[in-house]
Amino acid sequence: MKVYVPMDSAAKALGADDVVLALLKAAEGRDIQIIRTGSRGMIWLEPLVEVEVDGQRHGFGPATPADAAAILEGTSALALGPVEDLDWMKRQTRLTFARCGVIDPLSLEDYSAHGGLKGLRRALTLTSQQMVDEVQTSGLRGRGGAGFPTGIKWQTVHDAGARQKYIVCNADEGDSGTFADRMIMEGDPFTLIEGMTIAGLAVGATRGYVYLRSEYPDAIHVMRQAVAIAREAGVLGADVLNSGRAFDMEIREGAGAYVCGEETSLLNSLEGKRGVVRAKPPLPALEGFLGRPTVVNNVISLATVPVIFERGAQYYADFGLGRSRGTVTLQIAGNVARGGLFETAFGVTLDEVVNDIGGGTASRRPVKAVQVGGPLGAYMPVSKFDTPIGYEEFDAKGGLIGHAGLVVFDDRADMLKMARFAMEFCAVESCGKCTPCRIGSVRGVETIDRIAQGDASAVPLLTDLCETMKDGSLCALGGFTPFPVMSALTHFPDDFATHKEAAE
Amino acid sequence: MSTPTYTPDASDHDADIKRIIDAHLQLEGPLLPMLHAVQAEFGLIPEAAQRLIADALNITRAELHGVISFYHDFREKPAGRHVLKICRAEACQSVGGAALADHVLEKLGLNWHGTTANGAVTVEPVYCLGLCACAPAAMVDGRVVGRVDATRMDALLAEAGA
Repeated sequence: MKVYVPMDSAAKALGADDVVLALLKAAEGRDIQIIRTGSRGMIWLEPLVEVEVDGQRHGFGPATPADAAAILEGTSALALGPVEDLDWMKRQTRLTFARCGVIDPLSLEDYSAHGGLKGLRRALTLTSQQMVDEVQTSGLRGRGGAGFPTGIKWQTVHDAGARQKYIVCNADEGDSGTFADRMIMEGDPFTLIEGMTIAGLAVGATRGYVYLRSEYPDAIHVMRQAVAIAREAGVLGADVLNSGRAFDMEIREGAGAYVCGEETSLLNSLEGKRGVVRAKPPLPALEGFLGRPTVVNNVISLATVPVIFERGAQYYADFGLGRSRGTVTLQIAGNVARGGLFETAFGVTLDEVVNDIGGGTASRRPVKAVQVGGPLGAYMPVSKFDTPIGYEEFDAKGGLIGHAGLVVFDDRADMLKMARFAMEFCAVESCGKCTPCRIGSVRGVETIDRIAQGDASAVPLLTDLCETMKDGSLCALGGFTPFPVMSALTHFPDDFATHKEAAE
Repeated sequence: MSTPTYTPDASDHDADIKRIIDAHLQLEGPLLPMLHAVQAEFGLIPEAAQRLIADALNITRAELHGVISFYHDFREKPAGRHVLKICRAEACQSVGGAALADHVLEKLGLNWHGTTANGAVTVEPVYCLGLCACAPAAMVDGRVVGRVDATRMDALLAEAGA
């Protein structure tokens, strides 16, 4: 009997390892094989145990060690039926995450049996320009947040003349509410390796680095093993799949600085410097890692490349809305009944994501706001829930989708406190290069404290400060901190006024 | 997790430090991997290592200090036997993360980055562990814990000997 249990860190954080021990104990005398997988993304059901019956995987969750015996006997009240038939699974378009939760993350055989390496094999039949064109046609945009067209970035590096070019994967997923990078690295690491290899072949880069945050020890562990396995199997190395072409990569651990998720800080950090932001130009595509042409792409962007090459650019581009093509890997988090990863075509509305897919708040209280796009994203009030998930659509509503993480808050959330936290976070994590960010964020905390104490004259000051930060910061940390602050102030004036009245 | 130790007055660490430095010198951008390796071995970046690393990479001590002090991960003073990281980010706040953190700090009589008097636990803030759909989240010596409430946290602290 085959039994699948995730080794994703969210599943582990909820006790998956103890469930595995209990299953082994309960199985005494019975022939069971436990296979550790990634997570399907239904975090509210984790640890989700799947038992294979007649080739179909039946789910049980959320499981505790006490449920082990009943699960193996098939009598558990946690039975969910075939996992593929669950509403959450059926409603998705899983392209990037097709294998996540399904396969053993460190089995290259499993990976190949589920469509893995097909994209790379096809890429090897194309010229480098054709590869870049394929990504252009797919409409893929940077999934890290900026939404810059991936194909254009690749073209720039492709066209740059240099002896050595690099592919750098930005796996410094520091935004609260996001965990798609972590999930794919823990659940399907070869997808990222394949995507980076295709990128290398397309632009003429023979070396790659994954800059992976130290807060993700499980992901670091899985990725390092996966790279070694891929190298051993000849997927990486001097002769990629016997093509005569070289590409190899390394996993580099970050050191706990949020700002290193900004691409130029990341490059400085990778070079062994302080993670201070660089002014652009020069673009990293022309003068990146060690001053050489470098593709810097987010994990999800690169992990989506294999499926684009496997199924064809047009197949991917046919999903989506407007200029947001393909799928978005939504991460539904915070105070939400059904939190997790949900991959679907762009265009679904915020209301559908929060109230329908996510099932409203976990506390069963009314939703007050949703912060979309991490700590630099706007707090969207319920009145804007008709906004479709798309880069331009969110921009038009004064928000950003960022890395597509959504954090749900119920009516008990104090938006003044959240605005203060945004400034405080910016002060803690500022790299220090730009004065409006370094000093402005500290003054921002003080100004919000004045508002809290009833000083109404501090409100225009805060607004003015946000303008200065927006205009005077090189990167999104100082430049976008005003998004959560101003959205809180604009959409939830009562939270700022209540404090004033209380003080009067 | 084993407890790395560093004895400041023992001079025989130099050979170990040099071995770590040599193992990383061929890397492109070797400094961060080197610092991580030194800290994994000793639990901090010792003064002696700073001198040797600066020499090996031909950078000034000031430059090296700039790098070490920039990153939250690197320590120049030892931590407690266990490091408890509590997430302070928004997703955890949405389900009571701030109250949980206050509970811990108050119970232990510490501020952030503080270590209990018995040297058992250092409490640090962390900004997101990627466990945002099962918040509040914490991490004890690299082991992740989700949906932490006060009872669960007290059990973790007791386990760590706080």
